[in-house]
Amino acid sequence: MAQRGSPMTLAEKIVARAAGRDAVAPGETVTCAVDLAMMHDSGGPRRVGPILERLGVGVWDPEKIVVVSDHFVPAVDAAGAAILDLTRQWVADNDIANFYDMQGICHVVLPERGHLRPGLFVVGGDSHSPTGGAFGAFMFGVGASDMAGVLATGETWIKVPETIRILCEGELPPGVCAKDMILALCARMGMGGGQYQVIELAGSTIEALGMTERMTLCNMTAELGAMTGLIAPDQVTAAAIMAAGADPGDIDIWKGDKGARYMEDHRLDAGALSPQVAKPHSPANAAGVEASAGVPVAQAYIGACTGAKLEDLHMAARILKGRKVAAGTRLLVAPASTRTTARAAADGTLANLTAAGAILMPTGCGACAGMGPGVLGENEVCIASTARNFRGRMGAPSSEVYLGSPYTVAASAVAGRIADPREFLEGAGA
Amino acid sequence: MSARRLGKAGRAWVFGDDVDTDALAPGRYMKGPLEELARHCLETLDPGFAANVQRGDVLVAGVNFGIGSSREQAAQALRHLGIAAVVARSFGGIFFRNAINAGLPCLVCADAGRISARDEIIADVRAGRIENRTTGETIGCDKLGGPLMAMIEDGGLVAHLEKRLKGARAEGLRS
Ligand code: SF4
Repeated sequence: MAQRGSPMTLAEKIVARAAGRDAVAPGETVTCAVDLAMMHDSGGPRRVGPILERLGVGVWDPEKIVVVSDHFVPAVDAAGAAILDLTRQWVADNDIANFYDMQGICHVVLPERGHLRPGLFVVGGDSHSPTGGAFGAFMFGVGASDMAGVLATGETWIKVPETIRILCEGELPPGVCAKDMILALCARMGMGGGQYQVIELAGSTIEALGMTERMTLCNMTAELGAMTGLIAPDQVTAAAIMAAGADPGDIDIWKGDKGARYMEDHRLDAGALSPQVAKPHSPANAAGVEASAGVPVAQAYIGACTGAKLEDLHMAARILKGRKVAAGTRLLVAPASTRTTARAAADGTLANLTAAGAILMPTGCGACAGMGPGVLGENEVCIASTARNFRGRMGAPSSEVYLGSPYTVAASAVAGRIADPREFLEGAGA
Repeated sequence: MSARRLGKAGRAWVFGDDVDTDALAPGRYMKGPLEELARHCLETLDPGFAANVQRGDVLVAGVNFGIGSSREQAAQALRHLGIAAVVARSFGGIFFRNAINAGLPCLVCADAGRISARDEIIADVRAGRIENRTTGETIGCDKLGGPLMAMIEDGGLVAHLEKRLKGARAEGLRS
């Protein structure tokens, strides 16, 4: 049992606060008050609406609910359009003011619009909800029934998870980024590396990263089988929250106590890392890019919450500037949000991408989950900056997806085959 | 819960490690109704599964069963096909939650590997035990905690909440 005054990890502190307790300990089942509930068009209203009807209740607090349409946008067929229509109707019927219709992928839109801050207990109707951990919020993914329970009651139960700490030290070499760090961790720890624990990332490498890179790391703790990922807030976090027009609050209280107990401690030597590529059909199949180099690709895809934020587009542009996408390969770029598109347009990034032959796609989940445009045909090979490469996820069951950083995807688009981005950066004098 | 209440023995369908939610509920069928989606459940691993599985059959797997997305159709599709329980060495966390919510028992069983395809087995969820009629073996597994068992017995989270909210409303009327 938890004892008052015993040191707690960051995750335990947030859970204890949400549970209205002085302290919690791993393994305890507690009921937590939910500060914010986020859902999207695929798992949201169309699934939770009928459940709430059956329960005969409305939503507990419209102000604490955020709805984002991102999976079926823009509609490619009548079924998708009907889902979007239902989503809009439900939002109107339930007085949800925080509705972002076709403004970007939920995990990116949420912090962009100032909804996340340290210490919040947040549920998301999507498995990549751990992305919110980059802002020091305890945010985890739930299915639609769980979400309906939250919407009906404003609370949910959790078994307090253990925390695994990963200390990342060293300066990332040129052409190596957060995506390579998390792929390397997937390779090392496997997809069950976190058995529904919290993975807290810390160390000098993390401190040096910008927010969207931190989001990529927390996002893919889902691929490690974690309940969520967390990064303790610092000045970088506070500045990003203020830039989004929100109040970060007292960031200093949201860190692990000295002497807090971690289930495991890992170290990642980020300074020694090379670009990583995960072979089909699992992120855990990651290895240095040389193991996949030379594989011809029909499609290179820069998209998803993991791989098409502003910094991701900057990385791709550094490679693509002044170069051309190889004949026989198509490069699709689907920016993660409308704000990302606007910023990338304003700073010249989009011009560099499109001049190289990139095809600009609508913002949204797109081909990442096989629901939008850009899906793969039989036996097609793709390298993508997305989070997962499960069999058939991006299209035909016989298609193959390799995962890499935006640098690696861009370099592969230019080469027409999987390529090491460092060669291109050296060529560019970087 | 007695074996009788659990119904007759079902056949074991055995899968390996890391069976993900895209295999259970393929994204390209997510727009359609559950019946349609369920027809494609696990087709990338065993094309005959959905057509041949029978009510009361048990799904057996290795580690990380149900890893991947939060789509609860992954669990609902199995329930729709009549799967009585999933027995695996370990489960993806969200899938586990979703399955319990859907009223689909998930049993963590270190010895799941001892069950062979087509074995006749009974999953005694309450006792935390698998009886293998084919081999005569009894295999222990982790019991579900009290609150989770209550949810399974009510038929899943929604039915459980329905009961609870009705109770609360009745209380409210009295006071
Ligand atoms: S972009 Fe892909 S990983 Fe991200 S929320 Fe959309 S479908 Fe999920």
